[in-house]
Amino acid sequence: MNIDSIKNGLVIDHIKAGKSMDIYHYLNLEKLDCQIAIIKNASSKRMGKKDIIKIDTELDIDVDALGYIDKNITVNFIKNGVKVKKVYPDLPDTITDIIKCSNPRCITSIEQEIHHIFKLTDRENGVYRCIYCESLAKEHNA
Amino acid sequence: MKHLLDVSDLSIAEIDQLIDTASDIIDNPEKYQEKCRNKKIATLFFEPSTRTRLSFEAAMLELGGSVLGFSEAASSSAAKGESISDTVTVVSCYADIIAMRHFKEGAPMAASLKSNVPIINAGDGGHNHPTQTLTDLLTIKKEKGRFDNLTVGLCGDLKFGRTVHSLINAMVRYDNIKFVLISPEELRLPDYIKHDVLDRNNIEYNECTTIEDAISELDILYMTRVQRERFFNEADYERLKDSCILNTEKMKKAKDDMIVLHPLPRVNEITTSVDEDPRACYFKQAMYGKYIRMALILKLLGVE
Repeated sequence: MNIDSIKNGLVIDHIKAGKSMDIYHYLNLEKLDCQIAIIKNASSKRMGKKDIIKIDTELDIDVDALGYIDKNITVNFIKNGVKVKKVYPDLPDTITDIIKCSNPRCITSIEQEIHHIFKLTDRENGVYRCIYCESLAKEHNA
Repeated sequence: MKHLLDVSDLSIAEIDQLIDTASDIIDNPEKYQEKCRNKKIATLFFEPSTRTRLSFEAAMLELGGSVLGFSEAASSSAAKGESISDTVTVVSCYADIIAMRHFKEGAPMAASLKSNVPIINAGDGGHNHPTQTLTDLLTIKKEKGRFDNLTVGLCGDLKFGRTVHSLINAMVRYDNIKFVLISPEELRLPDYIKHDVLDRNNIEYNECTTIEDAISELDILYMTRVQRERFFNEADYERLKDSCILNTEKMKKAKDDMIVLHPLPRVNEITTSVDEDPRACYFKQAMYGKYIRMALILKLLGVE
């Protein structure tokens, strides 16, 4: 299968197979007018199978927030057809409006337009808790 | 802006300072009669309460300040669908400090993000109740004289009991504290508190199902009510509500200097005959609640 190289943009690589659409929706890529390639189940020596997203436009993204969705991804920045930077995301200290608190007793279940904010409480184990009710975030990096 | 949302917002030094101030208020009430003159506290109680709301109001009145607010969601704009954010934004124009109780966990945190005045969490669902914990700490200090080297029995609803969760968070910071967790299987302390708080702080604890199993080794017995409002299912409440009851027979097995605490209200978990036992400190505890809230109001308002 051939997919054209991109000139200026991003390649999000090493996405866990099956997670590419989570990232697609998180980055609101459906709103972009440029060419976007979503490659699912590509062969990978390290991972067996992986997903890749190629975005043919320069885009300002929060790489660390992507790290919460999939901590193994890499983001390659392409300029004039050349890779100029490769970034490995770190776990962000807080994540805002990426996931929702699932505790039905939490204030976020009734308060309009409240930001859903989770704080990293255990970096070693990647544990996030809701800042309001302290419930555990649902696992994204399984 | 300093708020009190969780007892862990306060350092040990700050807690000590609050306890010192409260003790000074108890000894010299006249010194404090005008400290909050022209200051107002808004008590926003979206969930019913007797003790907590009245003790906040009594605290502010005894400091020479005044009080406004509501005692149930139905008499506020929440009944019309107003958000916490909007309610607090408006009320912080009228009051110098806000005490808020809400049935949803984290509501005071949401309020603090919008408020221009200090927010005190007066209980948020089954989550936290830091001023009850400060009350408990003042009671322990006054009645036991120390915070270290204590075996603390926590009895009743340890799953939903926010006062128990807050007290554990506060007590693990002191030396040589041991907990005995007394509850039916279904109301045991949540795993996240066992792992994240007790285990992480290397706190010794054990679990049992009856008061008799533990009472002889305790320095403090902290009783709680099985709370109907925390259950989604009435059948579960009925099945579990009578699980842990303290009576004079069981008190005979306790140490002479053990103290019995209860955040109140009680239903039937302590028989009224225990009230006459000098070790029953729960009504004194309610009295201490007013003094520690006076100290807290002074601190958050920055009044010397």
